[in-house]
Parts: sequence; C-alpha cells; structure tokens
Amino acid sequence: MSNRLINILVPVISVILGLIVGAIVMLVSGFSPVDGYAALWNGIFGDSYNIGETIRTITPYVFSGLAVAFAFRTGMFNIGVEGQLIMGWLAAAYVGQAFELPTGIHAVVAILAAAVAGGLWAFIPGILKAKLQVHEVIVTIMMNYIALHTANAAISAISGGKEKTDKIHDSASLSSEWLASLTQFSRLHWGFVIAILAVIIMWFILEKTALGYELKSVGFNKNASEYAGMNVSRNIVLAMVISGMFAGVGGAMEALGTFGNMMKLNAATGIGFDGIAVALLGANQPFGVLLGAILFGALKNGGLNMPNAAGIPTEIVSIVIALIIFFVASGYLIRLFLERASKKKGVQKVKGDK
Amino acid sequence: MEYVIEMLGIRKEFGDFVANDNITLQLAKGEIHALLGENGAGKSTLMNVLFGLYQPEAGTIKVRGEEVKISDPNKANDLGIGMVHQHFMLVENFTVTENIILGSEPTKFGTINIKEAAKKVQKLSEQYGLNVDAYAKIEDISVGMQQRVEILKTLYRGADILIFDEPTASLTPQEISELIQIMKRLISEGKSIILITHKLKEIMDVSDRVTIIRKGQGIGTVTTAETSPDQLAEMMVGRQVVFKTTKTEAHPKEAILEVHQLNVKDNRGVDRVKDLNLTVRAGEIVGIAGIDGNGQSELIEAITGLRKATSGKITLKGQEITSLKPRKITESGVGHIPQDRHKHGLVLDFPIGHNIALQTYYQNPLSKGGIIDYKKIDKLAETIIEEYDVRTPSAHTPARALSGGNQQKAIIGREVNRDPDLLIAALPTRGLDVGAIEFIHRRLIEQRDKGKAVLLVSFELDEVMNVSDEIAVIHDGHIIDTVKPSETSEQQLGLLMAGHAVTKTANKVGGE
Amino acid sequence: MSFMDVLYFIIPSAIFYAAPLIMTAIGGVFTERAGVVNIGLEGIMIIGAFISIIFNLTFADSMKGWTPWVGLVVAMVVGAIFSLLLAVAAISFRADQTVTGVALNMLGLALAVFSVKMIYDKGQTDSISERFNRYDVPVLGDIPVIGKLFFHDMYVTSVVAIVVAFVAWFVIYKTPFGLRLRAVGEHPIAADTMGVNVTKMRYMAVMISGALGGIGGAIYAQAIAGNFSATTISGQGFMAIAAMIFGKWHPLGALGAALFFGLAQSLSIAGASIPYVQDVPEVILLILPYVLTILALAGFIGKASAPKASGKPYIKGKR
Repeated sequence: MSNRLINILVPVISVILGLIVGAIVMLVSGFSPVDGYAALWNGIFGDSYNIGETIRTITPYVFSGLAVAFAFRTGMFNIGVEGQLIMGWLAAAYVGQAFELPTGIHAVVAILAAAVAGGLWAFIPGILKAKLQVHEVIVTIMMNYIALHTANAAISAISGGKEKTDKIHDSASLSSEWLASLTQFSRLHWGFVIAILAVIIMWFILEKTALGYELKSVGFNKNASEYAGMNVSRNIVLAMVISGMFAGVGGAMEALGTFGNMMKLNAATGIGFDGIAVALLGANQPFGVLLGAILFGALKNGGLNMPNAAGIPTEIVSIVIALIIFFVASGYLIRLFLERASKKKGVQKVKGDK
Repeated sequence: MEYVIEMLGIRKEFGDFVANDNITLQLAKGEIHALLGENGAGKSTLMNVLFGLYQPEAGTIKVRGEEVKISDPNKANDLGIGMVHQHFMLVENFTVTENIILGSEPTKFGTINIKEAAKKVQKLSEQYGLNVDAYAKIEDISVGMQQRVEILKTLYRGADILIFDEPTASLTPQEISELIQIMKRLISEGKSIILITHKLKEIMDVSDRVTIIRKGQGIGTVTTAETSPDQLAEMMVGRQVVFKTTKTEAHPKEAILEVHQLNVKDNRGVDRVKDLNLTVRAGEIVGIAGIDGNGQSELIEAITGLRKATSGKITLKGQEITSLKPRKITESGVGHIPQDRHKHGLVLDFPIGHNIALQTYYQNPLSKGGIIDYKKIDKLAETIIEEYDVRTPSAHTPARALSGGNQQKAIIGREVNRDPDLLIAALPTRGLDVGAIEFIHRRLIEQRDKGKAVLLVSFELDEVMNVSDEIAVIHDGHIIDTVKPSETSEQQLGLLMAGHAVTKTANKVGGE
Repeated sequence: MSFMDVLYFIIPSAIFYAAPLIMTAIGGVFTERAGVVNIGLEGIMIIGAFISIIFNLTFADSMKGWTPWVGLVVAMVVGAIFSLLLAVAAISFRADQTVTGVALNMLGLALAVFSVKMIYDKGQTDSISERFNRYDVPVLGDIPVIGKLFFHDMYVTSVVAIVVAFVAWFVIYKTPFGLRLRAVGEHPIAADTMGVNVTKMRYMAVMISGALGGIGGAIYAQAIAGNFSATTISGQGFMAIAAMIFGKWHPLGALGAALFFGLAQSLSIAGASIPYVQDVPEVILLILPYVLTILALAGFIGKASAPKASGKPYIKGKR
C-alpha cells in the first residue's frame, strides 16, 4: 500500500471510527443512533435553509483550519487561532460600524483590518519565538485569554458600556438578500467565496512562490536554512503573521457576515480549537483543510437539529469531533495496522513473482 | 580459555533490514576485546542486544558459561554487564551521584539517602582512580569526567563486564591516554572489557583480541599481537585499502581567502578564535588540523557569515566579506560543505531536488518575480544526481531516505555546481564508508586542479595528511604552525594539535 | 475601608480562589516533569467539576456534610481515569501531546454538557446544598494579624491544596519516585538504560495530574461555583498551566504563582469596593496572569527552563 494511500485512509478511518464511537455513546445514553444520525443528516441537508446555514458554519472553520495548517506547514503550532480570530472579529466589527465608506470597499477595508489585527496578535508569539526561542504553544494559549478579556473590555468601550457593538453599516456587510432568499432566509453570506479564495491563496503561497519554499524550509530545519542564507527570524515571524491573518479574516466572517456585530464572550468561541481538528484531518493541505472544514462545519450545524428532531443533546457532535482528533492523532496505530495488513499481501506478491 | 561472555550466532532484524547476521563474539576473562567495524556495520546493535535493549531473532548468549535471556537493561545489570555509552546517558541538571544511583536508589525512611550514596561513589572513584566529584552537576564538568561518571555508573551496580562504545570519539589526546590507563586499571582489578571502535590505532594500543564485523556479518576474531593495521583494515572493509590518495603537485596562485587577526566568540561569549591569520590560495588545499573544539567551527561560521567576528578582517578575492550576511557571502563565491550534514547541510524532509536548490531557489532561472519554477529545479537536480552519482530513486525522494554517503554527494554536487572560488569542506567524510570517502577526496582534489581554493577541516590526521597541500594546525583558536604534509609526521602533528610548539627535543605525546 | 481591612478581606479571598489552581498546577508539574505536556488540564478540571456536582446533588441527602469531600474523591478517581485517554494516545500511540490535550479539552466539555443535558434536561444544574464551608482554625486563628489574615474564615480545601504542594515538593525532590520522574522528563533514554520504566513513569505522572486536576475542578465547583454549566470552568485549567510555568515547573513555585493569580482573580471580582484597586481597569487584572506568564517565558522574570524531553514521545531503540 502506498504511503499516499495510507495518508488518505488514516483520516477516513478516523472519521468512521469517530462516528461509530459516537453511535455507541448514543446507545449507552439510551438514544437511537439511527434517529440521531438521521437528525444530523437532515440538519445538514434537510432543506435549503439548512444547507445555507451549513455553508455559513463551514466558512469560519475554513479560515481557522487554514491558519493552523499554515503554521504547521511552516514548523509551528498555532494554538492561538482562537485569540487571533477574536481580534479579527473585533477589528472588522469596529471598522464596519465606525466608518462610512462606499459599499464593497467598506467590506474590503474591514476584512483587511481583521487580517491586520489577527496578524498583529500572532506577531507577538512569532517575534518571541524568533528572537528569544520562546515556545509558541504556551504563548499563543495565553494570548487567547488576553484576547478574550481585551475584546470584552474594548466592546464596552466602543459601545459605551453595552454588551455588544452596534450593527455594522450595510456598506460593510457580506450578507446578500439574494443568497438569503435562495436559502429560505438563512444567514448565508458571501464569506464562503472569500474562504475558497483563501484556500487558493494558501496553496499558491506554499506551492508556487519562493517565499513559500523559504517558509517551509525554515519550518523543517532552521539551521540548514540559515546555512543556506535565509533569514530565519524574519521567516518565523512572517509564517506566524500569515497564519494569524487567516484567523483574523475568519473573525471578519462572523462580524460582517453572520452576526453583523460583536458581543461580549464568556468563553472561547471554539472555532479556533476546532481549527486544529480541521487542519489535522486535512493533513495540513489547503484543499484537505477545505474538506475537513466542510465535514466539521456540517457536523456542527447538523448537530443543532439533533435536540429537536431526536432529543439528543447537540454536544454529541463535539464528542464525535474530539474522538476523531484522538484517532487521527493516534494515526500511528492505524498506520501500523494498515502497513501490517498490506505487508502480508505484499510478501505474497513477491513470492509469487519469484 | 575461560569466557565470561559468549554471543553465539546472533541475528537481529529491523523490518527487512538485517543489522546482525550470525555474529559470534567471545569475551575472555580479564581481556580487552575490541569490536571493530565501519559505521553502520552493526556494532552498536550487537552491544544493545547484549545490554538487553534489543531482543535477537536468533542466537544464544552465555554469561559465565550459563545460557541467559537478557530481556532488559536491568537483567544485564544483574548479570554484571555495564555499558559506557558513546552518547553519554547522563541527566545534565542532576548531580553525579543522582545520575549514578538512578534506578537503584538507597533509601532511608522512603527518602533517598544521598549522603551514603555519595560516600560510596567517592570511594569507588578513589579505588579506580577516577577523580570524580560526587556532588558536581553534570552540566558543569568536562567531557572526560562525564565519561568517568558513565564508568562509575556501571561499577556502582557491581558490573565486572564493561562495554565501551566508541569511548574516544569526543576526547582530547590527553583524555584518551588517561582513559587507556583507567581501562588497564579496571582489568587489573578483575574486570573484562569490550571496546567498540573503528580506530585501528586504539585497537593496536590497548586490546588483546579483536572481533571484526562487516555489513552485519561476523568476519572473524584475531589476536592483536598477531595482526597488523593493514590486515585489520582489509577485514573491516572487505578489500585492500589504499590509505594514500594519489594527486599531483599543487600549483598555488593568487590568494583567494585571507583571514587577518580574526577574533570570534562562541554562544556563551567565550573567545574561540584568537587573532587568527590564514591564507588559502587558488589551486591549493589547505587542511586545518586540530582536536575538536579548538575554534574550527567558529572560524568557519565567521567566514561563512553565520557568526559575527568580534574583530579582524576576512577578504575573498580582495573584497572584504567580514560579517556580511550568509547569502551575500555565498553569492560572492563561497561553497560550504557543513560539518553536520543533517543539521546544517540538508532539509531532510524536503525532496533531494529541493535540497539541491537550497541556495539558488530565488535566483533566475529557478525563480522569476518570486514565483518558483519547480520544473527547472527538478532538471537541475537530475543533472547533479547524474553527475555526482547520487543513488536515489528520483529527485522527488525525501533527502532523509538517502544513505549518508549519497546525501553528502548531493551536498558536494550542489556546492561545486555553483562554481565557487572557495570551497570549504568541514569534516566532509565523517561517518561515511570507504568508497564514499575516496569519491569525496577525489572531488576536492579535482576542484583544486581546476584552480579553486579549498579549505578542509578535519579531525582525522590521515585525511589531513593525504588530501592537503598545506596543513595549518589549530590549537586554542590560533594557527600555531603551518606545515607541508611531505615535511611532517603524524607524531609531530599530534604534538602540535596538543598545543606543543615544535622544538627539536619534543618527542613525548601527552607530557606537559 | 482601612488598609488592614482590605487585607483581611482580600488575602483569604485570594487563597480561596487559588486552591483549585494550586491543585491543578501541581498536577501539571507532575506530567511536565515526566516529559508529557498536558494541555488537557482544562478538560480534566471540567470533568472533575461536573462529576463532583452530579455526585453532590445526588447524594447530599444521605451524606450531608461529607458530600463535598466524597465528591472530591470521586472527582479524583474520575479525573485520573479520564486522563488515561491522554496517556494512551500520547505515550503508547505516540500521538502529538498538544493535539491530544486539545482533544481532551473538547471531549471533557462535550461529555460533561451532554450528560448534564441528558440527566437534567437543561444546560445548567441546580445549585448544590452541601458546599465546602469556612472554618476558623483553632489556636493559629488567635494569633494577632496573621491569624486574621490566614486562618480566619479559611476553607479547608485551601489548606489541603497548600499541603499537597508541599507533599509534591517532597515526592519530586526527595524520593526515588521523584528522581526517576525527573530523569524520565529530562533524558528518557538515560533513564531507560538505568532500568527505569519510562512508559510506566509517564502513565503514573499523567494519572496523578488527572487526579489532581479532577480535585481542582471539584474544589472550584463545590466551593466557588456551586453548580455546573458549560462555562463553570472557563480558562482555569489554562491558568493552572500558566501558574506551573510561572512557577518554573517547581511545586512550590507553582504554589506561589497560583496564590498570586488567585489574588489577581479575587481583585478583579472584588476590586470595585477596594480603594486604589477600583481605579485599575478590570481587564488589567483579568489578563495579568497570562501577561506575566508570557513575560516569564520570555525570560524577563528570571530564567526558567522546561524539562528537556517535555513534549516528545519516547520511542524505544531510537536515539
């Protein structure tokens, strides 16, 4: 069995295992897995409203997944997507309501502001890693909570003590009456187009540009890259900033598309952490991330239908997602199993040849 | 003969790879038994089998005549087998005593009785003349002392069969002669020793018998007194070895690299290169001979721009390059084969083709306007793979999957292909088999014959003697002398490397 | 309020808020010292909080005052079992420790909320009736000033947490178990060659962190929150990790850091009524622990180094 095939099979098998264990959890809790998964399916594809909402849910996952994957590909673990996304959300919501700009241009400016905010938030762990060799995992985790509290304080300040910011102007909105009318007035917005664009951008940077070559090289081996004349610190910071920009734009999707404002948050949104799952499932490849986001976004949105349609708490979906991460991360085991299985066949083949 | 260890017909596989195939080794009581083989011949595997870290697929092990199964290192310890590892197995921020008692700690009311342990360590240290401070932290003591701690670890557990795995690899000549004294003392106290090495000189100096293995196969056991280095080398490599590389007389021309009064500090701020002067001319190979850690790495890092010089001047073809960025220096005509090819030479997870473009990926024609043309990279890679005989399935194979020799050939191909005026080769043959070594030496001489300047750094005396046209001996950050290979001897070089300026009367190695 | 009044109010409150952090941070010290990064402490705390509340609500009538204590023990056991997921994935199956930790957090939250909804048909439990209570410590409480500062209105859980920190210090630095634990985290190959079972040590360390994290969650739930919902534990686990790092991977350092973070937390909640502090924006106090941890990591507050082998799976025979 080729390595490539195994690389594809590991996530597929993990998803199947995750769904099976999810079914067992439902059974043990006294629910019917068939009803449960039927409700999930209908929640995803049931009607055009559900489809619209599913696509809307997928959109920020694409960005958080790309952010994590981009950092992974360049040798870093960005657990701070959550915080970068919050800062992007805040920046977009603020630009959307505080300025008056022509339609379209306003949205672009707001998205750029979100990218800058996310990028800046990632710049801090980036520069600390590049200059002081501080490991980025802990710093980015801490930055998540700093973002959460800072954003809440900023919302208070911007709105004059209210719990949420004012609605953005229509000129900055990504919503579309046409898309809404197509999907029985779901909150579907143009963000999904931007998400697909972002997938292509990441692919282009990594696979086509000299910058991408450098970023990957530094990610794999800092010493050799330095010997080859690359500026290692600059590349580390840049990799982190680009990752943070993807996350920030993901936040803009919530500000300009789904909600049209930002509210105070009690806890992390979860989108950033789910991005780790998305990236892992997509093997850190841009198009893999898209597939991973589609799966997890669909599960999340479909899960919302489970309490009403089958009486099952929607958290079952998070349980399944967490299990999938366990299985993908423990891919060593699946890999070993697949290699053993294919080896037996392989040996027979060789003997047959002789 | 009374054997304390008998390993009979040992076979060890890793997947499809057979690391040990039917190897037999018999250690007599009270002898120093050398285990000789090239890198990758299977020496360490065999010893890890004996030490219980690996389980053999076939074969039997007898300890003091009784057949045993050594399931883990604890079992080996119980049988009185101790291993002095090549890469020291010491916890850096623990004290000497803590390292020694780890895993069999003496206790008092459930707590570690560190005082009693330290006393025992001190006593053992005195008994065997090891001169170790029981309360010192590992990170604060010298490499030589760390090794003696490793020896103490085995003695503390009552080992009377000691395995030394490449014990001299990182020692200075003085530390080596001390180690030899210690080994002899151990034997006189009734211990038996297996010495793993690929250095013929050590074997001739210290061992009683030698077992040779080659590519995982046992070749045979000979008595040291009845053999010669030439015979051992032939058994180790499997054919007659030409120690001498043939080359014509050098015709040096204008100076390419000039280093003037250079000073460089290491990461900890210690002066490593001190007022160093060096010239390398077109059409000659200058070999820097010296013991590891005398400023070689810092010198090369300063020349290639990886480390800032604190003072002094470096020029290339008359242009000053002191403390320029590495890329600028590369572009002005310096090729560099780094001493650690895995760490500095290659991005192991990149395909070999990507690696060949590691310094030129951004330049025309490989790149235009920031967009890379991977087809052109592959084409370049295929040319170099062909020309330098790099054995790889394709240019898309990850560098990691290639053997050390082929990795090194790819690096040399990459560096030489850029046609640099100065080629720096740092330990270019480390860990390679004899065939690859010959190939690399030929390539270096070829560069010289094309009129390029070559700077070779090596810890191996015979390499420096064979390849260089001129030898600059480095000690403590200075070039203490420059000699011609034809006008010197290994003994004289050894003295210089140990820091003895040559006087006519000096003839004793290691004496102060 | 006079200055002393403020202290009398704020110090006990800081210790009160610190107790769950101390417990969990000590758990973190154990795993990291053995070379396993446990990002999943948040999820473990959630599980501990959840199970202790469920237990408390179910058994309060029969066990009365003992309920929260038995709840603590239950949370300890369940936390240890839950942490086995991390141990199996990260130690035996060589999964990435950070990724697995993240999964543990997700799973902990999802399982807990799922179960609450299943059992009670709503997202939040009722409040418990049997909580941890305050005591005045006899004798010590009569010491002037200090008695009133540290031994009045004291939660026994806080005393337990502080005792645990000292016990942890003793175990890690004075016993053979501790020596082996640290060796496994610094240089697992060396430990292996000395006959220390690396896998077993790491499993034990992870389970200890699970047990202590579970207790930490249970203390938070039964002393501070009083009920359980999805946001009961939001960030306490990560703050415990911060305390562990700020305390330089040392049990007593972690204790000090947790006490300090507890002070910041109690100030952020009660600060509005305290002179001077009321002028400090709340957000500063809220982010202080995290900012300090980043500064500590960057080496601005003394040099701290993590155990060398932390985060790396140990693969036998690979060197």
